[in-house]
Amino acid sequence: MLELVDLGHNYGSYRAIDRVNLKVAQGEVVCIVGPSGCGKSTLLRSIAGLIKPTGGTVLLDGKPVDGSPENLAVVFQDYSRSLYPWMSALANVGLPLRRRGLDKKKRDAAAMNALEQVGLAGAAAKFPWEMSGGMQQRVSIARALAYQPKLLLMDEPFGSVDAQTREELEDLTLRVCAHHGMTILLITHDVDESVYVGDRVVVLSKAPGTVVGDLPVQLPGPRDQIHTRELDAFVRLRAEVGRLVRGITPQRNTHGNTHGYGYGVETR
Amino acid sequence: MPKLNGAGLLRGLIGTAGLLVVLEAAGRLGAWDTERLPLVSTVLLRAGELLADPEFLVSAWSSLTTWALALALTIAIAVPAGLLLGMVRPAEVAVRPLIEFLRPIPSVALIPLVILMFSETTNMRITVAVYAALWPVLVNTIYGVRDVDPLAKETLRSFGFGPASVAYRVVLPGAAPFIATGIRLAASVAIVLVVTSELIAGGIEGIGVFITIAASGNRLDLMIGATILVGLFGILVNALLVAGENRLFRWHRARTEGAT
Repeated sequence: MLELVDLGHNYGSYRAIDRVNLKVAQGEVVCIVGPSGCGKSTLLRSIAGLIKPTGGTVLLDGKPVDGSPENLAVVFQDYSRSLYPWMSALANVGLPLRRRGLDKKKRDAAAMNALEQVGLAGAAAKFPWEMSGGMQQRVSIARALAYQPKLLLMDEPFGSVDAQTREELEDLTLRVCAHHGMTILLITHDVDESVYVGDRVVVLSKAPGTVVGDLPVQLPGPRDQIHTRELDAFVRLRAEVGRLVRGITPQRNTHGNTHGYGYGVETR
Repeated sequence: MPKLNGAGLLRGLIGTAGLLVVLEAAGRLGAWDTERLPLVSTVLLRAGELLADPEFLVSAWSSLTTWALALALTIAIAVPAGLLLGMVRPAEVAVRPLIEFLRPIPSVALIPLVILMFSETTNMRITVAVYAALWPVLVNTIYGVRDVDPLAKETLRSFGFGPASVAYRVVLPGAAPFIATGIRLAASVAIVLVVTSELIAGGIEGIGVFITIAASGNRLDLMIGATILVGLFGILVNALLVAGENRLFRWHRARTEGAT
């Protein structure tokens, strides 16, 4: 459903990403992980149509992306800046639904439904600044859910919350997205998180960022914060991704990637 | 804008009352010729009487409508202009030298010119007041628009909203607290300029005209009484606008205070 072809972007003479090629299938959860400054956010912005990449193409359902595509939502790391402080949680969640041409009643109903899914039905009338960081990020996630995008982009979505909240939000994301059959592209610098959340982990190199690894995650589901993380397969995969992120030559060839895209063995 | 709580208000009242009592006592003890400069109590009494004086009320109403029209016109010009200049960087760069040149020119210095331009006194007064009141609104709006978080705009864009929607749904509400502050400053400036233009250019009605006439009759009690009423009106307008801002922009206050 999403395809990046030789995607590259320069800021002046600085090359942020270089020839990124990636295919994401419908319903897949793909984590992109890389060292800081590997152009992760540039990649996400290019897909979201927030910047115009200087090279290559982004194809969404086979069509080149020009401007911000329909059916796409973004959850940013910085919830406090991406939510509107002059609006209640309900109004924040309902705002993008104006694009769907819904009247106020339907918008409110859909927003309430999304807030219920993230466990915030009781806080609908609260303002973002009356909420904890974790609650605010739940509102951001609810906003994306209510919009019902085909593709959900998440830019370090759990980077600004404490460890416990982070685990909760990871599980929440997995749960609601499985429920909606959404395709997710999640960007993170956290190796553990990428393996825990993803169906696939794509590793970017240091700037200029390019794909240096594309590993399927074959862990039994449903995933569990304690149980999954102690599995041998999890530990091995985490080590492998970790090496790739640090630029240490991996023990087995991951560049060949014959089964990275559309692999049949869905284990979750 | 410091919020006046009960204790602060009480202290302010005590301070004001104390000064008035001292002045009253000094006057009564013969510190100056009360035939020329009346006692505080006389002035306050006269100010109270003016509120029921039809001649004064006609003038006050005239000044009030001039002021309100000037402020409305100021907002209608400066807010859209500020939004545009704040959002379109090249436009702001192009007109900045002009703004920096025009802004420091005292509006009062333009009064003779404006008198020659307008035969109708109300239009002349409005023009002078708008010229002075425009700047705080314009500059605050530009500043407020700049202050809107880029990520807040990008979020809406990522949902596929166009530039007009982003301006209306994010930039305008985000800049609103700054715009409101600009309007509050402009309201005070406009009062000063309306009365000043009435004093300098004369006319038939207006508080400034009333004061001029009182002066020619050597009625210092009426002059000072009218001036006090103008001052009280200024305080009232400011208090109402501050209260409005505190109510409407609770989110802004919570945010800026929480950001420490």
